[in-house]
Amino acid sequence: MAISNPKTAYWRGFRAGAPFLLVIIPFGALFGVVGTEAGLPVLEVMAFSVLVIAGAAQFTAVQLMTEQAPTVIVIISALAVNLRMAMYSASLAQHLGAAPLWQRAFIGYLCVDQSYACSITEYERRPEMTVPEKVAFFVGSISTVAPMWYISTYAGAVLGVAIPPEYALDFAVPITFLAIIAPALRTLPHVIAALISAALALAFVWVPYNLGLIIAAIFAMIAGAQSEVWLERRR
Amino acid sequence: MNYSTPTIWLIIICLALGTFGLRFVFIGLVGNREMPAWLLRHLRYTAVAVMPGLIAPLVLWPAATGGQPDPARLSAAGVALAVGVLSKNVIGAIVSGIVTLYVVQYLLT
Repeated sequence: MAISNPKTAYWRGFRAGAPFLLVIIPFGALFGVVGTEAGLPVLEVMAFSVLVIAGAAQFTAVQLMTEQAPTVIVIISALAVNLRMAMYSASLAQHLGAAPLWQRAFIGYLCVDQSYACSITEYERRPEMTVPEKVAFFVGSISTVAPMWYISTYAGAVLGVAIPPEYALDFAVPITFLAIIAPALRTLPHVIAALISAALALAFVWVPYNLGLIIAAIFAMIAGAQSEVWLERRR
Repeated sequence: MNYSTPTIWLIIICLALGTFGLRFVFIGLVGNREMPAWLLRHLRYTAVAVMPGLIAPLVLWPAATGGQPDPARLSAAGVALAVGVLSKNVIGAIVSGIVTLYVVQYLLT
């Protein structure tokens, strides 16, 4: 039995997730503002952030609701934006599958881009981590992000002030994701997968329901796996 | 917007359950079962297969500039990526990216 220390793993996760507050606070506030301006009561705006807890899908839903889209279209479109979450779930399964069911359900609720990106890079960097440590790291990585997502949504909804566009905080999203994903580009297959992903996402940006991203991701995973096999054979 | 309160709640509940379902489906159902090697090999690349595709359009066609490529944002992304790859330091990459964004924006206005 390896020495397990979930407490230190939790705080490592906490530190790994904290930089994302730079994104979470302005975007939570923006959702609060956009939601109330679209005509949603504060309670419903909060229900989006607390129950759905998926920024891009929430913005998609509210956007379509302001366009008075049919209810089914609102639901399908927003869920399509979240399809990548199923891919995250599959990639986390090998690491967290042995955790108790209630912990997996809790992680399922809290699996957002930020916590997934931090945690999966940590798990790959430290394969010796035990399951309780992996769970603790994941919870650590989300324990700043999720509460601040709720609080900033509330602040935006009640105060009606978003961070002014001059600060260019829109760009905090790509910057923080680039920063978290860059260290993961540690082998040639990882780099190939990333390049294919970016190129195909741009090429398929016209595909409706954000499905271009899913197409790009599937091809990128195949490209990564195939180049790994190819490199192994050549050795 | 012109939805009745029950309709709004229907949308919220469907999105909440659907999103949870997507997030839980594999960690919940696969559980501790061994997955085939070929599948694991593909799943190893999930993060680097999704995130760059998520970021690329935001970098090249930022909504804040009406979808026009913007030198400040392009150089900020380049610097953040380079610092991240070379130093493996997340905070360092974020800070240098944001500083680049502001500096280039300032120089160009």
